[in-house]
Amino acid sequence: MFGSFIKKSRAKSPWIMHFDCGSCNGCDIEVLACLTPLYDVERFGIINVGNPKHADVLLVTGTVNHRNKKVLKNIYDQMPEPKAVIAIGACGNTGGVFREAYNVVGGVDKVIPVDVYVPGCPAKPEAIIDGVVMGLAKFAQKVEEAE
Amino acid sequence: METLILVIIGLLVAPLVGGLIAGLDRRVTAWFQSRQGPPIMQAFYDVAKLFGKEKMVVNQWQILCAWVYLIAAATSVALFFAQGDLLLVFFVQAIGAVFLVMGAMAAKSPYSQVGAQRELLQILAYEPVLILVFVGFYMVTGSFSIDAIWAQDIPLLAKMPLLYLALGYALTIKLRKSPFDFSTSHHGHQELVKGVLTEYSGPYLALIEIAHWYETILVLGVCALFWHTNVAWMAVLLLATYMLEILVDNTMARMTWRWMLKRVWVLGMGLSVVNLIWLYAR
Ligand code: SF4
Repeated sequence: MFGSFIKKSRAKSPWIMHFDCGSCNGCDIEVLACLTPLYDVERFGIINVGNPKHADVLLVTGTVNHRNKKVLKNIYDQMPEPKAVIAIGACGNTGGVFREAYNVVGGVDKVIPVDVYVPGCPAKPEAIIDGVVMGLAKFAQKVEEAE
Repeated sequence: METLILVIIGLLVAPLVGGLIAGLDRRVTAWFQSRQGPPIMQAFYDVAKLFGKEKMVVNQWQILCAWVYLIAAATSVALFFAQGDLLLVFFVQAIGAVFLVMGAMAAKSPYSQVGAQRELLQILAYEPVLILVFVGFYMVTGSFSIDAIWAQDIPLLAKMPLLYLALGYALTIKLRKSPFDFSTSHHGHQELVKGVLTEYSGPYLALIEIAHWYETILVLGVCALFWHTNVAWMAVLLLATYMLEILVDNTMARMTWRWMLKRVWVLGMGLSVVNLIWLYAR
């Protein structure tokens, strides 16, 4: 019984952590807009934490470059399982308009496995919330498979 | 036999009520900010989820410290419900607080180190106030045991109103609410990213959360002793106190530890001492 409560709780309390891989700040303010009273993601139990050790979902905005790919990997490794990664915006998905730049590695999935891609430039808050909800479904599935 | 039943009630019901209070707290806070806020059961979902996560620790000390913190908090609540000795309750709860600091110190991370130092200062601020409140109980009833308080026929609030105000400081610090929330903040996005709790994760963070629920109940229990004669008034007193705590939490910014020490020592202890002198003079 406790096991099933834990399973149910996972979807009800996703703690997100937001990492900015050098985005133009467009996607970041949209992520933060989700936390304002207008969208109020705390309704769904979502809390924005600043510590990878407490986080369940990693939201990544911006293009990954050679300098911050190690940081991104490090943060990802510090998150305890089960976890999900959501790439936000054109930059997070593929590298966006900066794709061709010499310092850019590309999308987030070049460095860590990504579960959900949220498109947009910038991504809309509604899309980001949808992305987190989809990410939770993915991560429930991953946990099932692991068991 | 009756004591045993009370202890079991304390051990089982305290965390449930503590979790509900935490959930209600978030609802009311959201209401202040004209948001909807999470479901009332949110605190339980959070803890259950944390139990389901991978066990990651920095070193073995953290496991021990988290468990001792939980056990000390639970024991102090059990002793409190068993109508035990207030001084014993106080010391057991202090052991828990110290182990929380030790757990944070065991990790090298600067956030958890700074958090631990600040937690120590917080302990330094509220423990004298708490002990003076217990001294007040002693001066009124002639004993440190909770039984002696139940034997009183008028509410203690009439005799020690200033001590109750001082206890409010201890409550704010113990609940880690603004302006005294600088060892761990509710919002993990501030300068300290959760301070003492930075290095805890998964199931161990959940243990600490449950211990925190126990402690909430303990301090609210001490507040409840101030109006033991009537259950309805006791409830009103607790509700008013807690609402005031949430209001203060939402209207205050975080202060520095110097400000806290000055405020709590000068005002909190000053209020207590004035009240104690008054009790003594009568
Ligand atoms: S996707 Fe667009 S808005 Fe988002 S970081 Fe890239 S350029 Fe900025």
